[in-house]
Amino acid sequence: MFLAAALIVSAASQGLAQKLNGAGATFPYPIYSKWFSEFSAQHAGVQINYQSIGSGGGIRQVMAGTVDFGASDVPMTDAQIKDSKVKIVAIPAVLGAVVPIYNLPGVNTELRFSPDVLADIYLGKITSWNDGRIAKDNPGVTLPGAKINVVHRSEGSGTTFIFTDYLSKVSPEWKSSVGSNSAVPWPIGIGAKGNEAVAGMVRQLPGTIGYVELIYALQNKIQYGYIRNAAGTWVKGSIDGVTEAAASVKNMPADYRVSITNAPGKNAYPISSFTWLLIPNPPRDGNNGKVLKDFLNWMLDHGESEVTALYYAPLPKSVSDKVRVTLSQLK
Amino acid sequence: MNFKIQDVRVPGPSETPSPVSDPPSGPHPGEGPSAIRKFLLSRGSSAFADRGFRWLMVLCALTIFGIVALIATELTLRSQLTISKFGIKFFFGSAWDPVNGKFGALPFIYGTLVSSLIALVIAVPLAVGVAVFITEMCPRKLRGPLSFFTELLAAIPSVVYGLWAVFVLVPLLREHVNPVLMKLLGWTGFFSEPNFGIGMFAAGVILSIMILPVISSLTREVMTAVPHSQREAVLALGATRWEMIRMGVLRNARIGIVGSIILGLGRALGETMAVTMVIGNRPEIVKSLLAPGYSMASVIANEFSEASDDLYLSALIEIGLALFIVTIIVNALAQLLVWVVTRGAPARVN
Amino acid sequence: MTSQYKTSKGNRMWRAASNHLATGLAILSTILVITPLVVIFIYLLYKGASSLNFAFFTKIPRPVGETGGGMANAIVGSGLLLLVGSALGVPIGIAAGIFLAEFGRGGKLANLVRFTADVLNGVPSIVMGISVYSLIVLPQKHFSAFAGGVALGIMMIPTITRTTEEMLLMVPHAIREAALGLGVPNWRSVLSITLRTASPGVITGCMLAFARVAGETAPLLFTAFGNQFWSVNLNQPIAALPLQIYVYALSPYEEWHRLAWAGALVLIVLIVVSVSLVRFVTTRGVLKGAS
Repeated sequence: MFLAAALIVSAASQGLAQKLNGAGATFPYPIYSKWFSEFSAQHAGVQINYQSIGSGGGIRQVMAGTVDFGASDVPMTDAQIKDSKVKIVAIPAVLGAVVPIYNLPGVNTELRFSPDVLADIYLGKITSWNDGRIAKDNPGVTLPGAKINVVHRSEGSGTTFIFTDYLSKVSPEWKSSVGSNSAVPWPIGIGAKGNEAVAGMVRQLPGTIGYVELIYALQNKIQYGYIRNAAGTWVKGSIDGVTEAAASVKNMPADYRVSITNAPGKNAYPISSFTWLLIPNPPRDGNNGKVLKDFLNWMLDHGESEVTALYYAPLPKSVSDKVRVTLSQLK
Repeated sequence: MNFKIQDVRVPGPSETPSPVSDPPSGPHPGEGPSAIRKFLLSRGSSAFADRGFRWLMVLCALTIFGIVALIATELTLRSQLTISKFGIKFFFGSAWDPVNGKFGALPFIYGTLVSSLIALVIAVPLAVGVAVFITEMCPRKLRGPLSFFTELLAAIPSVVYGLWAVFVLVPLLREHVNPVLMKLLGWTGFFSEPNFGIGMFAAGVILSIMILPVISSLTREVMTAVPHSQREAVLALGATRWEMIRMGVLRNARIGIVGSIILGLGRALGETMAVTMVIGNRPEIVKSLLAPGYSMASVIANEFSEASDDLYLSALIEIGLALFIVTIIVNALAQLLVWVVTRGAPARVN
Repeated sequence: MTSQYKTSKGNRMWRAASNHLATGLAILSTILVITPLVVIFIYLLYKGASSLNFAFFTKIPRPVGETGGGMANAIVGSGLLLLVGSALGVPIGIAAGIFLAEFGRGGKLANLVRFTADVLNGVPSIVMGISVYSLIVLPQKHFSAFAGGVALGIMMIPTITRTTEEMLLMVPHAIREAALGLGVPNWRSVLSITLRTASPGVITGCMLAFARVAGETAPLLFTAFGNQFWSVNLNQPIAALPLQIYVYALSPYEEWHRLAWAGALVLIVLIVVSVSLVRFVTTRGVLKGAS
């Protein structure tokens, strides 16, 4: 009965306009929706509809062929590439950063977290704010003896992937006992759903530490800490630091599947990542594929210049030049 | 039975307009040449129409069964990987480690049951109280607006409940309610540190607010439907108003009330968005209700859209299956309850 | 029972006291229930009312940082989805309820159906979304408003069925017998007499189901999908208020948060308006001619 009704619906009119659908990551949704809205205004009859259903969802939809393109904060795994019936080309679009936010009444200086301290807080090994190891990185700061409340994301998210990917690189213990994924078995802490809720928890509860995308810390005006990067510099999450991290990656692979956490650049911000658009090649539909290719070129020419206004980091020139070459090879 | 259903050619349910507004076929009285002729016509075909009508209703009822069977099959098929890998241990394991591919559903089952139970404990007395007040006590003028208000609660999207709970309810519980509970009931061990505000208890409270309209509106309708003769009979015996409500109304309406509670429970078991925002999302079984927990629906909603590998996905879908099984058990217990409640007394007024 | 009616003084006082106590408790619980509602409603007004303007109802969403956007497409989309959902859920729900109350009473099949309806009621909305996704979206290879409507419709069924059953069972047998005694065919008696008598309760059930699914996000995520442009095509992805609210509420921008609250306010008002409209129409007898 459902099928019969579905057939009737299928017979309904098909629009003349070039309509594309894309799905995936939540993090880049604001900039994507801005780009697609502008692109559609400049190209009559073209509508690119992007919905943020999550990175994993984006990968699965593009593999299942229910959308014209996908988007993800997490690179596709080897198994997914092998399983996929169509070849999927990942195109880096923008970059983001994850920052450690905290709420510590009475402390007005910005705290510094060395990588091992951050990992041990999240492992539950450092439990109070006046722990000697935190104090060592923050000379001259009077730390209260309050217990550290740890907050993490409850749902699978690209943010968690980036954060745990970083912790796995800087802490062997984290790597062996927890690991990195979009959702992990957290040793301690409570889970809050979404960047917004993590920010909300940290703001409400004194003595709490959490991690969010940079923009949420800026928009919510929450304190976030310095981190010591691979070069030994104390850096604070910033757009420039992220772009530098991306630029400092040596030997960018042809499929752009690269983790840029703990990147080597002098001022590189260590908890950074690309977010990718996933383009089926050859496309699901020839005309739609052409529109998509036009869009990607437009993104490199015009789109990238608009991203900093929304606190995303643009691709470094070395990467966008490489992407142009990749685009010219798309079918 | 099946071939009979196929024999009767009836329009599919989705093509039938709502029976409330428009019966599927048959002549309407009042218009046309002769009322008697119309009456006779409708009478002549009534045997066939009656059978058709009956089978149409059966078909619709079976649709529900079909949908549930379809969903269950779908869930079973798509969770084959974990079913074959973990077997029955899946339901009793408490490890949830997507990175290393270890999955157990017990903490989620526990969280779902406990948070729903808290919700029922809070919501049922309140809902029945409201229903009693609206149907039996409040002035006529207030009745409409009050019942309308309680139904309004059902219209609030669950993401709004969730956000409201995070920003208003949770701080309120943490600062004012939980300290009192810890002081008064701390000795039981159910209300002990740590007090984040977020946790199983907060989930229970927000759930109770969400299921209240379902229970109270339906209870109210059931109570309104109790014939006045019942009330008058009890009053005539010299009963007070409360005795009249207890003996004349609640007793007659109790099956309906239990039914509405079961509907509320169903909603509590399956509620996702609001629970996930306040339950703390920690897959652990802790005695204290103030501690963070996790529920089955929450873990599916939280992790489904990002789950990447097949085993992980299969584990999440098997959680859905586990929820199915839990609902079946809970409903079976509820049926038992109905049987106990109604034993030895006339079940209905009529 | 008789023991309670002895006229000793203590007994009388106890009866009076329990009467007052029960009245007090009923009033107290009403206050306790109304309070969170009023608080939530005021919170919504406080958060959302400032973003409500004419454009909200006439324009499609604008990117962040640009003013003048609205949720017109989501309002229309939600309306369409609910229409499809109700067209599927209400007839099946009521018919199944009629079966349970009128034909299947006490039978094995009725017990089975009632049981599955209760189980269906406990299926989380996200699981419903996933199931409809694999049953409709995957075979069709694209998301559609139709799939979203089906998911919502299925979610409406159990509440409607169980309410209809409960309400029909409350109709005294005498009424049915009177109708049959007049020679009215059974189907007419069920539809025009029994269902009619029980209609206030049945409508309450339909409205509760409608209100519940109107605010659902999870079943739409993988079915109706959402759309940032205008679309009223049932075969295409369509925007929906809860989806838009969800995306905006979880975004980092204050401006989008306000839009999300405004959207929630509009959603509730729309639900309330449609519920009252149905109530008004069905109780004022506009539909009387039809039945």
